[in-house]
Amino acid sequence: MIRFLLNDDALELDNFDPDLTILEFLRTNKGLTGTKEGCASGDCGACTAVIATEENGALAYRSINTCITFLGGLHGKQLITVEYLNRRGALHPVQQAMVDQHGSQCGFCTPGFVMSLYALYQHKQQKADTRACSRQEGEAYLAGNLCRCTGYRPILDAARQATSPEQLAQIKEDEAAICARLAAIKAQGPGSVTREDQGVTKHFHLPTNLDQLAQFYDAAPSARLLAGGTDLALEVTQQLKQLDNIIYVGAVDEMNALTVTEDTLEIGAAVTYERAMSALSQEYPDIEPFLERLGSMQVRNQGTLGGNIGNASPIGDMPPVLLALNAVLTLRKGEQSRRLPLDQFFLDYKKTALQPGEFIASISIPRARPDASLHLYKVSKRLEDDISAVCLACYLKIENGSVAEIRLGVGGMAAIPKRAMLTEQAMLQQPWTPDTIQAAQTAIMQEFSPLSDVRASADYRRKVAANLLQRLYIESADGAVATRVFHYA
Amino acid sequence: MRDLLNKLGKPLEVKLDSAALAQSQAPTTQGSPKAGRDAKHDSAHKHVAGAAQYIDDRFPHAGQLYGCVGKSPHAHARVISMNLDKVRAAPGVLCVITADDIPGHLDIGPVFPGDMLLVKDKVEFVGQPLFAVAAESHAAARRAVKLAEVEYEVLPATLTIEDALQQQLFVRPPHQMRLGEPETALANAPNRLHGDIEVGGQEHFYLEGQISLAIPEEDGGMHIFASSQHPSEVQKLVAEVLDVPFNRITVDVRRMGGGFGGKETQAAPWACLAAVLARKSGRPVKFRLSRSDDMEMTGKRHHFHNLFDVGFDDEGRILGADITVNGLCGYSPDLSDAIVDRAMFHSDNAYFLANASITGNRCKTHTVSNTAFRGFGGPQGMMAAEAMIEAIARRVGKDPVEIRLLNYYREDHERYDFKQGGYDVTPYHQKVEQNLIPLMTRKLMADADYHARKAAIRAFNASSPILKKGLALTPVKFGISFTVQHLNQAGALIHIYTDGSIHLNHGGTEMGQGLYTKVAQIVAQEFQVDVDNIVVSAARTDKVPNTSPTAASSGTDLNGKAAQNAAQTIKGRLIEFACEQYQVTPEQVYFADNNVHVGEKAFPFAEFIQQAYMGRVSLSATGFYKTPKIHYDRDTASGRPFFYFANGVAASEVVVDTLTGEYKVLRADILHDVGKSLNPAIDIGQIEGGFIQGMGWLTTEEVCWDANGRLLSNSPANYKIPTLGDLPEVLNVELLPNEPNREETIYHSKAVGEPPFMLAISVWCALKDAISSLTDYRIDPPLHTPSTPEKVLAAVEATLSAAKGE
Repeated sequence: MIRFLLNDDALELDNFDPDLTILEFLRTNKGLTGTKEGCASGDCGACTAVIATEENGALAYRSINTCITFLGGLHGKQLITVEYLNRRGALHPVQQAMVDQHGSQCGFCTPGFVMSLYALYQHKQQKADTRACSRQEGEAYLAGNLCRCTGYRPILDAARQATSPEQLAQIKEDEAAICARLAAIKAQGPGSVTREDQGVTKHFHLPTNLDQLAQFYDAAPSARLLAGGTDLALEVTQQLKQLDNIIYVGAVDEMNALTVTEDTLEIGAAVTYERAMSALSQEYPDIEPFLERLGSMQVRNQGTLGGNIGNASPIGDMPPVLLALNAVLTLRKGEQSRRLPLDQFFLDYKKTALQPGEFIASISIPRARPDASLHLYKVSKRLEDDISAVCLACYLKIENGSVAEIRLGVGGMAAIPKRAMLTEQAMLQQPWTPDTIQAAQTAIMQEFSPLSDVRASADYRRKVAANLLQRLYIESADGAVATRVFHYA
Repeated sequence: MRDLLNKLGKPLEVKLDSAALAQSQAPTTQGSPKAGRDAKHDSAHKHVAGAAQYIDDRFPHAGQLYGCVGKSPHAHARVISMNLDKVRAAPGVLCVITADDIPGHLDIGPVFPGDMLLVKDKVEFVGQPLFAVAAESHAAARRAVKLAEVEYEVLPATLTIEDALQQQLFVRPPHQMRLGEPETALANAPNRLHGDIEVGGQEHFYLEGQISLAIPEEDGGMHIFASSQHPSEVQKLVAEVLDVPFNRITVDVRRMGGGFGGKETQAAPWACLAAVLARKSGRPVKFRLSRSDDMEMTGKRHHFHNLFDVGFDDEGRILGADITVNGLCGYSPDLSDAIVDRAMFHSDNAYFLANASITGNRCKTHTVSNTAFRGFGGPQGMMAAEAMIEAIARRVGKDPVEIRLLNYYREDHERYDFKQGGYDVTPYHQKVEQNLIPLMTRKLMADADYHARKAAIRAFNASSPILKKGLALTPVKFGISFTVQHLNQAGALIHIYTDGSIHLNHGGTEMGQGLYTKVAQIVAQEFQVDVDNIVVSAARTDKVPNTSPTAASSGTDLNGKAAQNAAQTIKGRLIEFACEQYQVTPEQVYFADNNVHVGEKAFPFAEFIQQAYMGRVSLSATGFYKTPKIHYDRDTASGRPFFYFANGVAASEVVVDTLTGEYKVLRADILHDVGKSLNPAIDIGQIEGGFIQGMGWLTTEEVCWDANGRLLSNSPANYKIPTLGDLPEVLNVELLPNEPNREETIYHSKAVGEPPFMLAISVWCALKDAISSLTDYRIDPPLHTPSTPEKVLAAVEATLSAAKGE
């Protein structure tokens, strides 16, 4: 059984398909049709709802794509849908702002925008942030919602209207009461779902500690591990697979931990991009603008570092970064743990060093050193919420005018995320000069034979990878030369 | 009394009201939102609350089934055998149909034949429907269709414009327009340029995918809820497919979650399939396409390859042009004849071509049948004109905006006689009247500080080795009217109930454009009541029959006039009643501020309606409108296809990264002509939305196919429409003030749905300007669209190497 709050109602559910999405549940089982299906792949935001979780005695409000989120993971949380916002009769300030600013035309994407605005509203209210919503904030919260009618200007204006100090003072959720209700749910014990369906027993497990998870998975290595689910759910909604045994890692305490030691950042594999962002950016400032372009807010609220690695996609954005940073994974199988450098993890297209029943428990990232720097580049068709055509991460240490240390992680250039070892060799111990860069450019063009696909041609990928090395050089040599069109003033 | 009645005959009535309107009730009346005011979208409150009901939101009927189609994996193949046993046996499946199960017409081609509802023996695109199932859930239906066993003999597929041209494969015959003596003019021109431009297609990406719900009724009838821009055509096709008279079928369209042309013809197949499945199973059937099916199985904006041969003098004045527009139509005609025509009608954009030959080819390929999409070929045609202007500008070494100004159709006051009738004749021999573009260009150049910014950009580019900025100003002149003449008609139906509330119906459909709001404002204006007093109900074929699609930007022009006509009929009756009842003359009766004024007396509207009811006055009326003045003779390619032109100008500024091809639109300034606006907020919404959608078409939205004709960009994960991040930091939009439409349109407003889309061509020209700066503006960058970063980088490299080769 799982227990959660659907808006104001406490629900207890069991005996449902483990791969039932929240969107399907809302629309089909509950008749709550304010939440729309636009794509069923987490790319349009029409199905956005907000999840409130209790964290350190306060509520954290996060927008999610309900189309790619499985219901089982809601145990102990509050799910807020658009119907909740005007439950008292009057429109919520974010709804009123959308009306006032003419922010809806066909209206189909509107409830999703309203929920993303609500997450922004809650965030700014909790932070007592009374500055007007900036363009950047608007992009961060709203770029995961597609609108085909308005061109977005009135929606950004609605965000500004709704987050003025007067508007932020309008509606305050009774967070203490919700926290208490969620605490009461948690006190009743962990969740777990079993379904008997035509002789098949289906499970949605929610282990709460690492040992339990290791035990479950070792016993049933064919079960599917679910973290954020932003990729796994596509197997259900797009490929129509039925997942009968899901083990959800999001409730495992250790895997949600984020610890800073003297030398490393230890990040639990279930930590989301959003939660990891500030710790990572403190060490490596380039990570913040880079992560802001990874997926959308909804995806960053769900997707995890562990999932991005375990999924082993050649176009995931974090692996190149973590390769450049020399990250080390802690893997767990049964009672055994082992540590494995990330550059030994990816074997072939979607193939990893994980044994059956083995999983990523945490990621260890060396902390920043004052004499080295991290540079991140992502090139895609669209600025926001797009998958990289080419991703280049460079960890660089220059000593006495020559390259003392370099690690290049590349994405989109091969069947796996990869270190550009030959290119690194062409640069290591060489003077930091245009000639060296030219040699590196030649090397990187030779080192990789990328694919031509829907995102870019092989030629373009090679050229861009080489040109990004030039950008790297220019940026390190002359800070006055503008090289990036994004966040360009 | 008889005299009075005669005086109140219909023509007089209409005249009287129009005059009164023009004088005293102009759309600037203060008070509640009537015409000319920023009324909110009529569903805005429901949209934000999640309470606006779309078809998929309707509570399921008892026993309702869910449909899905089985589709072809090949672009061109003969079907040798089809075994559906496993499909029939799949869990939850109750009904399976093939072409043999269709009682009536199998061909649902909207204008010309060629669109088989289900294919029997030959498939002509990847995704073409072969059979359909109805099952107990959407998921069950989707899983079941995958179980079909179909054998094919794969045939060679024609997939590109070039292949189709080579094989002379056309869905409709080519068409040509001529003005003057283009061959002579080109031969004698002191300068001549050949060029070409590839203009990629575009996926509609309406947020609500295609959906229909069919509910079986008595006597073989069917009640259809459809997300369609053309309910009457859905009615006709469902009736024909089921082999019943049209009067057994009712189609109901309350709202769509976006249409953009994608639901003009291509909403019909799913309604027809739902109806056949409902007929066979005897149950309600909902047919909803998953996003990937929708992207694969429905037509898109036509990809075009345009060629030009232009002659010009040393100043850059065009002396003659030979333009060919080649549209990739897909496997069937659909609306392609009219779409390629409209591309031809707009391949002059705003420029007088003096001597012109314009040829349009409708290329047949083994791909999904391309269809209407905002602009309807117009944008693609316009790209030929702008490509030509850009090429001339680089050749003569001038700012392209100077070439534009030089070649515009002349303003009225500048017009002087010329052998062919002046500098105001289009290649299809329509005179350009009320030509506002030269004036608008000069105004926008001043307002947007064009010259100073251009100078600043030159300075920036000189000092910035990697990033280059560009600025460009482009015009839009867009012809308003369906070019198929009979479509330019509309009907409306108004009831006033005894509490004074007004129920309004018209043939137009609401897809977000605010049509319902505008037409309600018009009726409010006529009766001088608050707009909240009016409910616009769903477009229904049993209320207003034989309607045209809501398309061609014509929704308000046509339906607004029809609704006004209905309102004026009822007003005439009310005035007549007032005259009888209170012994006054018609001039002493007027409507204002929710009151009916009769001589010295004033009655609240509801009270007067109550009186009229007691006096046995009919409070229900239909209205009708047909657009005057238009005609076009396709044999001679001449006439007046357009009632008027809507105009706009835009100036866009971009910055380009010459290392990666990445770019950003920094600022856009727009001045647009909507005549006398019926609702400035809605009009600005259309302009901004159209601009951003057009920008997507020309920049990030890339429809990709593989070598076997399979769509690669089949999901929003790999097909990228603009997000908030793509909104220019500065976006200034102004409605051109003080220029009411000189034609007798509804309150002298202008259509606004499509024209702003093409304002985005300024973004493409700005990218070219930035790239051209690498060669001190000597080389015209060969930048094809969509100008993804990859294409921009390719253009950067080609431009640089062309400069080397000079």
